[in-house]
Amino acid sequence: MDLALAPETLARWQFGITTVYHFLFVPLTISLAALTAGLQTAWVRTGKEKYLRATKFWGKLFLINIAMGVVTGIVQEFQFGMNWSDYSRFVGDVFGAPLAFEALIAFFFESTFIGLWIFGWDKLPKRIHLACIWMVSIGTILSAYFILAANSWMQHPVGYKINEKTGRAELTDFWAVLSQNTTLTQVFHTMSAAFLTGGAFMVGIAAFHLARKKHIPVMKTSLRVGLVTVVIGGMLTAISGDFLGKVMYQQQPMKMAAAEALWDGESPAPFSVFAYGDVDKGHNKVAVEIPGLLSFLAHSDFESHVPGINDTNKALQEKYGPGDYRPNIPVAYWGFRWMIGFGMASFSLGLLGLWLTRKRFLLPARLRVGADEIPHLVLFRTALSPKFTRLYWLVALWTLAFPLIANSWGWIFTEMGRQPWVVYGVLRTRDAVSPGVSQAEVLISMIIFTALYAILAVVEVKLLVKYVKAGPPELTEADLNPPTRIGGHDRGTDRDADRPMAFSY
Amino acid sequence: MELHDVWFVVIAVLWTGYFFLEGFDFGVGVLTKLLARNRVEKRVLINTIGPVWDGNEVWLLTAAGATFAAFPDWYATLFSGFYLPLLVILVCLIVRGVAFEYRAKRPEEKWQRNWEQAIFWTSLIPAFLWGVAFGNIVRGVQIDATKEYVGTLFDLFNPYALLGGLVTLTLFTFHGTVFTALKTVGDIRVRARKLALVLGLVTAVVVTGFLSWTQVSRGDGTSLVAVAVAVAALVGAVGAIKTGREGWSFALSGVTIAAAIAMLFLTLFPNVMPSSLNPDWSLTVTNASSSPYTLKIMTWCAAIATPVVLLYQGWTYWVFRKRIGTQHIADAH
Repeated sequence: MDLALAPETLARWQFGITTVYHFLFVPLTISLAALTAGLQTAWVRTGKEKYLRATKFWGKLFLINIAMGVVTGIVQEFQFGMNWSDYSRFVGDVFGAPLAFEALIAFFFESTFIGLWIFGWDKLPKRIHLACIWMVSIGTILSAYFILAANSWMQHPVGYKINEKTGRAELTDFWAVLSQNTTLTQVFHTMSAAFLTGGAFMVGIAAFHLARKKHIPVMKTSLRVGLVTVVIGGMLTAISGDFLGKVMYQQQPMKMAAAEALWDGESPAPFSVFAYGDVDKGHNKVAVEIPGLLSFLAHSDFESHVPGINDTNKALQEKYGPGDYRPNIPVAYWGFRWMIGFGMASFSLGLLGLWLTRKRFLLPARLRVGADEIPHLVLFRTALSPKFTRLYWLVALWTLAFPLIANSWGWIFTEMGRQPWVVYGVLRTRDAVSPGVSQAEVLISMIIFTALYAILAVVEVKLLVKYVKAGPPELTEADLNPPTRIGGHDRGTDRDADRPMAFSY
Repeated sequence: MELHDVWFVVIAVLWTGYFFLEGFDFGVGVLTKLLARNRVEKRVLINTIGPVWDGNEVWLLTAAGATFAAFPDWYATLFSGFYLPLLVILVCLIVRGVAFEYRAKRPEEKWQRNWEQAIFWTSLIPAFLWGVAFGNIVRGVQIDATKEYVGTLFDLFNPYALLGGLVTLTLFTFHGTVFTALKTVGDIRVRARKLALVLGLVTAVVVTGFLSWTQVSRGDGTSLVAVAVAVAALVGAVGAIKTGREGWSFALSGVTIAAAIAMLFLTLFPNVMPSSLNPDWSLTVTNASSSPYTLKIMTWCAAIATPVVLLYQGWTYWVFRKRIGTQHIADAH
């Protein structure tokens, strides 16, 4: 079967679908692992039951989520070889190493310690059990680091040479791959966005319960943890995004020109608020702009020249030969805006929430509440009316997925903005596909993965909703009396030998 | 011994680790229909591997990642060539992971039964297909001068490879049965022992047949030793389970897996994927491997990380060393 499509089109769609889907679970996994670990640390240190209940509640949601992250991650490890065999042959010497490191160092860590944490409540002493969730958290962060180092090499290849004899890229400096500024800024940006995502998730769910006046102590704590995470995560996402933008202006000027739909270079260059362009003619029909701001984003001053799409295309043609070096401009332009828009909307709501729910700072004494009461939402001197209070909780709930949308568009933007390259300046996407795999095979696998992922999405979301609604569990005697020795309780007593497991599948 | 030879051995070790560990948890998955008499017993079985299956599966990801890094051409040819069988394996592994994690998360019987069905099939199918894949790797497939697989899907389902599939399926099921005898208590343990005897004999016939076929068509003196070790260990494993030495039996069935993998890799070397069209087009440890620099970095990483991994994974098995029986399954969920 041969469809009237470029050979790489279906393979790209498949990679896009499986990877964007996988990345819905990744940032939540990274942040919820750390946040759950933080809550459990609070339980171990203070002995306050609300922290243990919060740990169990968020831990459950974390597990539902990480299960999907793990299984969809398996596909990632294999699909380079399946659909992109020429890519794999060409870059394996460089790109394979961080992937192998990721498996050997990060995946083993995550997967082994998650098993210990899930089943270890009645098998491990308190502190060792706590250490397990921290290990999981470290594993998720290491995993992100290695895979982002690999991706950064595709964005900006360093530490390699082309071997004429073997006709492939070969590693010459692994440290350069691990430590180049593209890697470091991408890690910074992705990690902070992950925490923004987890924070917003926590805030939304805590707001849901607080609006119903349920589980107040646990949810009040969760709300606060979530809001602080959103604000810090959001701030760092903006700062790291600015760093990453500047790096990209140096390394991939075309991507950033496309992100701004800046057709011709300008000095000073304006930031585009809204544009509607004509790709064929190479200009915008409608453009609303803020003068000078783009120069600032690219070079930290309001004067500098920023090259446009048309001039960059010409420069690339001189460097790499004839061809069209423009990515899909509307996708880059709108992807960039939706990334920033959804991410910063979430950050702003978090900032507002943190101010509204402040405990003492500039808060009239009469509006302060006790530990087990729902906080008043106070804008200035008086509490918001019940109607507006409810509105804030609802907005927090319904925007909990905003960072997920922002993350997805961020990846779509950065990956599609790099086109027509798969490894920038080195290997074109059309030369990367598997020559021996038919379009029918790619289509079959794409349909199967898409259908399977769609079904699993429904299953997962329903399960999350069920456990969100159920709220934090009541604690049992076993929860409050963790074992003091590894492997379980005191040796030898019959009662203990037949005690049901604290957790079982 | 050059570094690419070292990495040939490392890849063999990673697959051995994968088949040893996920081998028994695939086997336990198959036993949910073969051994369990009721749903509580199914849960006992699932919980024997509950804390460890995820860590076991990482051996596969590491084998794939290490193949990518050390032998990019092997990775590229193998995964693009065996496209559809690999797709089936991936789908199974996805569903299987979700099945373990989600099965007990709803009380409805229908929900749980569906996931139990899924656990059985998604354990059985990959257990079979891995053997088919390895059978084909050893036998040689149609690889052209550009290192691309040019055969069809049906070429992969030849008698030798299908027998390979039966080997992994029976061997993993036997290995899982012995594991169950080792990890459970009560009636299910007694029945696991009995079943292991029967399965052990079937497995011995299949394994001996497949390894002899391999030995006759492409073996040498060293591979013959591996065949002898594999068969002797398997017979020993059956003998040990008969006399109630479950630990010994499990160790010996593990030796069978290791020796069988060693045998296959010995007959492969120095090829990693022989071409059935022209021996000159075969992928070898030299023409498919990465540069010495990459291999050196990988060697350092593996040398440092692997012992640590073995240490903490081993510790996990020690933490969960207690046998489980029906009395340990709480009624809730």
